[in-house]
Amino acid sequence: MFIGVDYFNIESLLNEEERMVRDSVRLFVTEQVLPIIENHYQESIFPLSIVQKLGELGLLGITFPQKYGCAEMNNVTYGLAMQELERGDSGFRSFCSVQSSLVMYPIFTFGSQEQKDFWLPKLATGEKIGCFGLTEPDYGSNPGGMMTKAEKVENGFILNGAKMWITNGTISDIAVVWAKLDGEIKGFLVEKGIKGFSAPEMKGKHSLRASVTSELILEDVFIPEKNILPKSKGLKSPLMCLNQARYGIAWGVVGSMMACYDSALNYAKTRIQFEKPIASFQLIQQKLVFMLSEITKAQLLNLQLGRLKDRGEVTHAQISLAKRNNCEMALEVARTAREILGANGILSEYPVMRHSANLESVKTYEGTHEMHTLIIGEDITGISAFE
Amino acid sequence: MKIAVCVNHVPDTAAKINISSDGKSIDNTGVTYVVNPYDEFAIEEALKTKEKFGGDTIAISLGNESNKETLRKALAMGIDNAVLLKTEEYYDSLSVAKALAAEIKAQNSGLVFFGKQSVDFDNSIVGQLTAELLNYNCVSVVVEFELKENKIIADREIEGGKEVVETLLPAVITTQKGLNDPRYASLKGIMAAKKKVIEEKTLAKPNNFTEVIGMKKPAPKQPGKIIGTDSSAVPELVRLLREEAKVI
Repeated sequence: MFIGVDYFNIESLLNEEERMVRDSVRLFVTEQVLPIIENHYQESIFPLSIVQKLGELGLLGITFPQKYGCAEMNNVTYGLAMQELERGDSGFRSFCSVQSSLVMYPIFTFGSQEQKDFWLPKLATGEKIGCFGLTEPDYGSNPGGMMTKAEKVENGFILNGAKMWITNGTISDIAVVWAKLDGEIKGFLVEKGIKGFSAPEMKGKHSLRASVTSELILEDVFIPEKNILPKSKGLKSPLMCLNQARYGIAWGVVGSMMACYDSALNYAKTRIQFEKPIASFQLIQQKLVFMLSEITKAQLLNLQLGRLKDRGEVTHAQISLAKRNNCEMALEVARTAREILGANGILSEYPVMRHSANLESVKTYEGTHEMHTLIIGEDITGISAFE
Repeated sequence: MKIAVCVNHVPDTAAKINISSDGKSIDNTGVTYVVNPYDEFAIEEALKTKEKFGGDTIAISLGNESNKETLRKALAMGIDNAVLLKTEEYYDSLSVAKALAAEIKAQNSGLVFFGKQSVDFDNSIVGQLTAELLNYNCVSVVVEFELKENKIIADREIEGGKEVVETLLPAVITTQKGLNDPRYASLKGIMAAKKKVIEEKTLAKPNNFTEVIGMKKPAPKQPGKIIGTDSSAVPELVRLLREEAKVI
């Protein structure tokens, strides 16, 4: 069994419940995800059969109230679960992030009681799958400029527009779509199969291949009155969702780092060149120490971020800092692991190249590295560089 | 029916074990402890039996405060109640069995599951001793378990096959890999476990008949031998496997 990477005894800062969840998810990933993930990645198929198991374990919507069928656990526990899932695969973790942070969260936060009662329990078990439609072909870092429009008609709304880079889109039963209604951004629940709505899968990805990425096309789609998220209000609402997702990503990539470090360390100790293990060479040791240092720093950053979030004291800029740092370092760690493994690093026998390719996306989705730099820049100077 | 399951708290099989300075115990620095892997099959079978026939499940563990972690895991998997037989002392197998037998008797449990062995000291004997002390029937190394009223039909793993055994309750069953797939502790189960109370009973000093007087590490592994890199090496490989390694 994988025993994790914990150079600073961060274990001792977790409570029993947090450790138990982490261990349970770790075992689940070892037994259910790792044996199949390489093949799914190569074939570019999302492992749909595992969704129900995620629901049974309680990994969809970990932090939401028990009355909706969720575990109602803290944010540190949620983070640890994301970390363990991403040790399996970033695309696989993305599924859970989207379902929890970008679908259940907006329904829970901005939805009506009827919407919550109907959707949350089904999303928690995995019976229903959701996606989040904010990004558009021409509006990525600048979502406020979105073109998708909602028009008020009798008993509802007509939606027109197109969304892109939507995780889970094609396999979703429900899409949380953001559109401008009289110039103000509002959230709408768009159900699968409704007239004028389609979600074709985007093909040709070199990254996140075990995850479904789609377009959402809305052509004169009628949305009944009951499907608007009544409490959503302006760009702030989708950005609040992104904050939840970014928080999960900051934790998740530590799982990728652990997988890469573990693989590189074992390889370095057993790969013999010049009649000795390559781990005996200073250049290799330097790389391993770099990896371990970055993992340790990211772990401590995450834990404090989670404790702040659990106390309701976290700021969006702090989440940006953790997301920005951890994703950049995770990609560096994966690339460094690949250097240690040499040619073997590109093979599917090792998880390194898959993580490395995945992290190229993780570094830029939910806010690019550069946008997070400017978010923090604005926070510390009081001056926005992009608005 | 009250179903008991006896669980042990053991070093993770992936942990690197060192001997402590007294020379007769293991150094716990950096060693994580887990539920004894064979006991997970016992927990799962207790839960499955309860789901099928109803009743109440109880997990019992002998050890110190840290054993609560293993009991908590059993509760998170779905076991109803837990008892810690608390001690800081070393208990040999017979002493463990005596303490467990007394508790099982107190709990009035007629069906008891054990893992077939604990991966820490590997004596593979506590289940059988407990059965004897309780005057219960015992089937060990079970890979298939069926209960019909008070009759048990169990497949035991034996060298090269299985032995089908029939016996009656009350009984002790020791479980082997292959019996079932232990469930994961779900997040809801973990939350529910948090609310359950682990009952503690402090044990008196054991009356041991054996004593650990030393521990030794195994001799370092011999390096491997490359006898060739193409098919011409096959006859020599077969000869060595047969004559030296004696595995074929």
